[in-house]
Amino acid sequence: MLGKLNWHAIPFDQPIPMAAALLVVVTILAVLSLVTWKGWWPYLWREWLTSVDHKRIGVMYVLLALVLLLRGFMDAIMMRSQLAIAAGGAQGYLPPEHYDQIFSAHGTIMIFFMAMPFMVGLMNFVVPLQLGVRDVAFPVLNAISFWLTASGALLVNISLVVGEFARTGWLAYPPLSELQFSPGVGVDYYLWALQISGIGTLLAGINMVTTILKLRAPGMGYMRMPVFCWTALCSSMLIVAAFPVLTATFGMLLLDRYVGMHFFTNDGGGNFMMYINLIWIWGHPEVYILALPAFGIFSEVIATFSGKPLFGYRSMVLATLAICVLSFMVWLHHFFTMGAGADVNAVFGIASMIIAIPTGVKLFNWLFTLYRGRIRFEVPVLWAIGFMVTFAIGGMTGVLQAVPPADFVLHNSLFLVAHFHNVIIGSVVFGAMAGYYYWFPKAFGFTLERRLGVVSFWCWLIGFYLAFMPLYALGLLGMTRRMQHYADLSWQPYLIVAEVGAVIILCGIVATVAQLVVSIRTRESRRDLGGDPWNGRTLEWSTSSPPPAYNFAVLPQVDSLDAFWAMKQRGPRRAAARYESIEVPRNSANGFVTAFFAVVTGFAMIWHIWWLAILGLVCAVLTLLAFGWVERVEQEVSGEQLANDERVRLRPMDPA
Amino acid sequence: MEQQASSTDQAPGVGDPEHSGSLATYTAGLGFALLLTGASFMVSQTDLLWPPGVPAGLAVLAIAQMGVHLVFFLHIGTGPDNTNNVLALAFGLLVVTLIVSGSLWIMAHLNANMMPASAVMEMQR
Repeated sequence: MLGKLNWHAIPFDQPIPMAAALLVVVTILAVLSLVTWKGWWPYLWREWLTSVDHKRIGVMYVLLALVLLLRGFMDAIMMRSQLAIAAGGAQGYLPPEHYDQIFSAHGTIMIFFMAMPFMVGLMNFVVPLQLGVRDVAFPVLNAISFWLTASGALLVNISLVVGEFARTGWLAYPPLSELQFSPGVGVDYYLWALQISGIGTLLAGINMVTTILKLRAPGMGYMRMPVFCWTALCSSMLIVAAFPVLTATFGMLLLDRYVGMHFFTNDGGGNFMMYINLIWIWGHPEVYILALPAFGIFSEVIATFSGKPLFGYRSMVLATLAICVLSFMVWLHHFFTMGAGADVNAVFGIASMIIAIPTGVKLFNWLFTLYRGRIRFEVPVLWAIGFMVTFAIGGMTGVLQAVPPADFVLHNSLFLVAHFHNVIIGSVVFGAMAGYYYWFPKAFGFTLERRLGVVSFWCWLIGFYLAFMPLYALGLLGMTRRMQHYADLSWQPYLIVAEVGAVIILCGIVATVAQLVVSIRTRESRRDLGGDPWNGRTLEWSTSSPPPAYNFAVLPQVDSLDAFWAMKQRGPRRAAARYESIEVPRNSANGFVTAFFAVVTGFAMIWHIWWLAILGLVCAVLTLLAFGWVERVEQEVSGEQLANDERVRLRPMDPA
Repeated sequence: MEQQASSTDQAPGVGDPEHSGSLATYTAGLGFALLLTGASFMVSQTDLLWPPGVPAGLAVLAIAQMGVHLVFFLHIGTGPDNTNNVLALAFGLLVVTLIVSGSLWIMAHLNANMMPASAVMEMQR
């Protein structure tokens, strides 16, 4: 009846997971009770859970990312603490089987449920506003994408309480992840969570590509699009091209595990190297799926706060496109040491070094934009400058590892761990934080507290260097990754410094949370009435903060790059002469309900509860079909109503 | 790169009749597709073609078949607002070529250089 599920699935005998699980369950119950007690359910349901507004969905993506950042960071600091003490004979406080789950969960969560939702969320919120349109191409599909991503995140976190998580590392290489060596439910949690959220990500990518190619304000040709839209386009194209590979690869591993096939097993003609080959065909573009939007954010931030147009717009676009294509030509550099001959290694090594060229172009473009600009050192600029320095270092250690003989020394050492944290934190996390601060007033109508933002930045920057520079040294000293304890006592001082760095990063995260609380409490004094708090250049700043559901009452007419800047040069804005009625999408519970059944299906598959899996899948499909038959998906906002709304909305924006 | 304003108030594909062919083009497409299918059967079943050339002949017919589907059913043409579709197709082809040829090359190398997996596992014990 309940498959493999029974009371033993809950780890009552292990104090650390139990305490963590208890904390999570109590927090969730507390939030749910608060919502019920305050009677917020109707509001939440109407305005958020069933919303198909790209701005609301974007905000929910970012919220999901911030919550999962906390979870992923808890894993990180637990590992750092373990390694700070587990030297010589000491075993630390985490047993190996738990430590293995923690580093697997940390990687999985940080990439799939922190970095991805953060970037997809910012794209969702910003791109339609920058393009000067009213929503994405497929608003309901957008909601489905978000809720499927959230479903995956939920499944990963259920594994904390019910059962276990994978002990295989964040990419679950076979043969370790095959049934023979991982008979538990951990790998199944990993696979189903990522299958469900992967479908969501693919749909989000399709939606974003369609939006950018097909919906742009009148006059906005491709070469008038803001750079962030370009990077969002390239990132989404990579999603569309790469995520099916991931889904197919996981699908084959699932077939191996569930019906005894032999795609990646040792016996029966299987070949686990094919998994490693396929997973990196997805894995390398994934790096750029995350990094390209971050580059876009820095381009917007640097141009805005330097008070200049971006230097070398065309070269920036070309560099983005070059990275987009090149990212599909380098995947072997993740497994140089695994048996390819000199020809293959040389070709992929050189291709990997070539990627540094377009990336270098971008770096110089940002530098030349800053050069002789009137730079305002607002928080996003701090993140941008921190990024340029940090990313350059990470990029150079990457080019070093693109040399196959060097990689043979550094492969699977902490040098590698330091390198990819250096580039991913340096670009994606710094970019996400810059974008979060930069667009927050647009989303909520008030600015974030500046001082705590500065504190957060410096804690992250200093903490990052303290936490990861020792790892470069340790890698060169010969320490490999994924060790639960080590015999060489001379490594311990480095790991203690790294632990201090992690604590300083924790201070940065606490500052971010405090910043949010303080800003909400003092929001009346920090209202953004004009809609343009940073003297921005692109169209999202031309509407009010927060924008109305339809973004623009009249679609802006674009006739140059930096469209809003050009409008401001032409003089104060005027209300439109007349307003035509428009159609806005109605709310839809489709995404929420479908995702609910997706969670049920995933959970049932993990625990082999076959009847429930079939039931969940049937219900999910029926939900999609039922909502597909709904005829009235849009509602009209009449011209008169629009005119009235606009009068009220524009009053504070035009002081004269 | 000057270009026309996109229609912004409609989802793509909605009420866009001139892009989604007519009965005549669909019928023509069906005709071509059937013709090419018939030709494939004929090439494989008869000795109309020099026997060693049959696989190559089938490949040519298959590619022509793909072309017919793209032009008549997926409406990929040379029209001014078809650039996106053509570029998307080219990007897709590029990625698939890179993935397939790269994987074949890499796996051939590994196959030549490495022991079978079971032997590796045996050494680890």
